[in-house]
Amino acid sequence: MTVQSESVAGGGGEETAAAPEALLRLDAVEVVYDHVISVLQGVSIDVPEGGIVALLGPNGAGKSTTLKAVSNLLRVERGEITGGQIHFRGERIDKLAPGDLVRRGIIQVMEGRRCFPHLTVHENLLTGSYTRKDGKAAVRADLERVYEHFPSLAERRRILAGFISGGEQQMLAIGRALMSRPTMVLLDEPSMGLAPQVVARIFSEVRQLNREEGVTFLLAEQNANVALGVADYGYILDSGQIALEGTAAELQDNPAVREHYLGLSHAVEAASDEGGHAG
Amino acid sequence: MIVLSYFNDLYGTFFATRSRTINTVFVTVISLLALFAVPTLANEYWLQAILIPFLVFALAALGLNLLTGFAGQLSLGTGGFMAVGAYAAFKMTTAWPEMDIIAIFFISGFFAAGVGILFGLPSLRIKGFYLAVATLAAQFFLIWLFNRVPWFYNDNPSGTITAPPRTFAGVMVTGPEAAAEVRYLVALVLLAVFVFFSWNLMRSRFGRAWMAVRDMDVAAEIVGIPLLRTKLLAFGVSSYLCGVAGALFVFLYLGSAETIAFDVNVSFLVLFMIIVGGLGSIAGSIIGAAFITILPIFLTNLNPILGIDLAVDIAKHIEVIIFGGLIIVILILEPHGIARLIAITRERLRI
Repeated sequence: MTVQSESVAGGGGEETAAAPEALLRLDAVEVVYDHVISVLQGVSIDVPEGGIVALLGPNGAGKSTTLKAVSNLLRVERGEITGGQIHFRGERIDKLAPGDLVRRGIIQVMEGRRCFPHLTVHENLLTGSYTRKDGKAAVRADLERVYEHFPSLAERRRILAGFISGGEQQMLAIGRALMSRPTMVLLDEPSMGLAPQVVARIFSEVRQLNREEGVTFLLAEQNANVALGVADYGYILDSGQIALEGTAAELQDNPAVREHYLGLSHAVEAASDEGGHAG
Repeated sequence: MIVLSYFNDLYGTFFATRSRTINTVFVTVISLLALFAVPTLANEYWLQAILIPFLVFALAALGLNLLTGFAGQLSLGTGGFMAVGAYAAFKMTTAWPEMDIIAIFFISGFFAAGVGILFGLPSLRIKGFYLAVATLAAQFFLIWLFNRVPWFYNDNPSGTITAPPRTFAGVMVTGPEAAAEVRYLVALVLLAVFVFFSWNLMRSRFGRAWMAVRDMDVAAEIVGIPLLRTKLLAFGVSSYLCGVAGALFVFLYLGSAETIAFDVNVSFLVLFMIIVGGLGSIAGSIIGAAFITILPIFLTNLNPILGIDLAVDIAKHIEVIIFGGLIIVILILEPHGIARLIAITRERLRI
C-alpha cells in the first residue's frame, strides 16, 4: 500500500523497479515555453517494454508537454527542453526529428485526434505508413490488421475522415499510428470529448493491442479511472512534477489518489448517491 | 486501354462515380473529339485564339493546383515561374538550334522547378497569406531579372524573346510557319501527359503526404512526413508544370513575348482559375482554365448570335459584368468550385 513518493529534482530513475531495462526513460526532464514559462520541472519516467504506463494529472499539469518532449514537438509551441535526458532503448533521442523517431518505432497520437479531414479513412491510414520501406504487401497486411482491430473503420474506409464520429476519429488516429509499426505509442488524452462506452471500447482495444501485438503505451489521460483500468503502472503529475507513482493497483487504492484523481472521496460519493436518487 | 481506364478513374474521382460506363464513354468521346475532330473542324481563329491558350493555361492551373489545392501552399509566383520556363526554353533553343524542341519543353520545366524550390524555402516558416506575399516577391524579382539582364533575351534590342522555327519529327512545331493544328496537338498531348502524371502522383505516397501537410501539418509531421522536403517537392513539381506552361505560352501561343506577358496579372488569373474550377481537383484545374479563357470569348460572340445590336463599348462592359457576376454566383453556389458543382449535379441526377 505504500505509494512511492519521490522528490522530483533528484530523479531517482535508476532506483525504480518498474522493469529491468526501460524502453523509454525520461531523466529529470525540464521544459520551458517561450524562454520563461517553466512547465516541467524535472520529470523522470520509466516505461518498460511491453507495458502500459499511465501519466495522470489535472489540466495543465504537463502531461501533454511530457509526451511532446519525447516526440520532439515542443518547437511548434515555442517550447524547449532545458534540462534532463530522454533515452529510447538506451539511446538519446531528445534531438531527433519526429520522422526519425517514427523510424525508430516511437510515435505519438496527438490530443484531439488530428486526422486529415479531406482524406478518406483508408488514405489516412496509408499516410501512417509513410516512413516504411518494407513494401506494399507488408503495408497491406497491416491495413487489414488495423481494420480487424477497428471494424467500424473498415466499414467507413471510403469516407472522408472529417465526416466520421469522434470515437471513430480516435480509432483512426490510433490505427494511423499503428501503420508505422511502432514499438511504442504515446497516446495523448484518447478519452477527450467521447462518450463513456466509446472510451471503454478504445481502452479495451489499447489493452488488446498491448497484449496481442506487444505494443508499449505511454498514456496521458485525465480520466484516471479508465486509464488505471488498463495500465500496469502510473505516474501522477502535478504542476510539472511527479507527485506520486506506483503500480495501477497501488494508485487505485491510495486514499489521496482516490480523493483527488479518481473522484471517489466521501463527499463525491455522497453527491453522486444523491444525484442517483434524484434522477 | 489501361490509359483509358486511368482517365475513367480520373473522371470518376472528381465527378460522381455512379456509372463507370458513362464515365468511360464520356472520356473516350472527349479524347477522340479533342484529338481528331477539333483540329479538322476548328478554324484558325478557334485554335489560335481560344483552344491553344486554354490548353496552356490549363497546364499552368494544374501546376498551381498541385501546390495550392493539394499541398496547401498559397503561391502568387505562377507568372514568374512560367517566365523561367519560357526564358529557359528560349536560351536553350537559340544556343543549340538542333536540339529537339519537345525535349526543350520538358527540360525547361526543370529550371522553373529549381527556382520554385528556392522560393519555396520560406514555406517551412511562413504559411497562408504570408507565404503568398513571399512568393509575390519571387514574381517581381524574376520579372525584374529577365528585364534587367540582356543575356536572357540574347541582347535583342527590342527586349523580346521570339520562338524560332523548330521541328519535331519533321513537322514544324514552333515559329511563324507552324500550323495552328500542330501547335494545338502538341499542347493537347503535353497537357494529357501531365494530367496523367499528376493523377498518378496524387494517388502515390507523395500525393498523400502533400494532402496530409495541407490538412494538418503537425499531424503530418507526427506520422513521420518530413515537412520541408514535402513542401519543397510540391514547389518543385508545381513550378515544373508552370515552367513548361510558360514555354508553351511563348512557343505555341504568343510567338514572341516580353516580360509583361508574365506579369503578376497572370499569377492572379491562374489562381482564379483553380479557385473557380476547384482547389484540390485535377479536373477542376482544366474546367477553371476553360471557364476563365473561353467564357469571355463566348460572351463577346453572344450578341451577334442572339441578334442583339449593341454598341461595341456597351457590349464589352456588359460582358465584363456578366463574367464577374457568374464567378460570384458559382462561388456562392459551391465554394469548392465547378468540379464539385458538376459532381453534386450528377449525384442528384443519378447518372
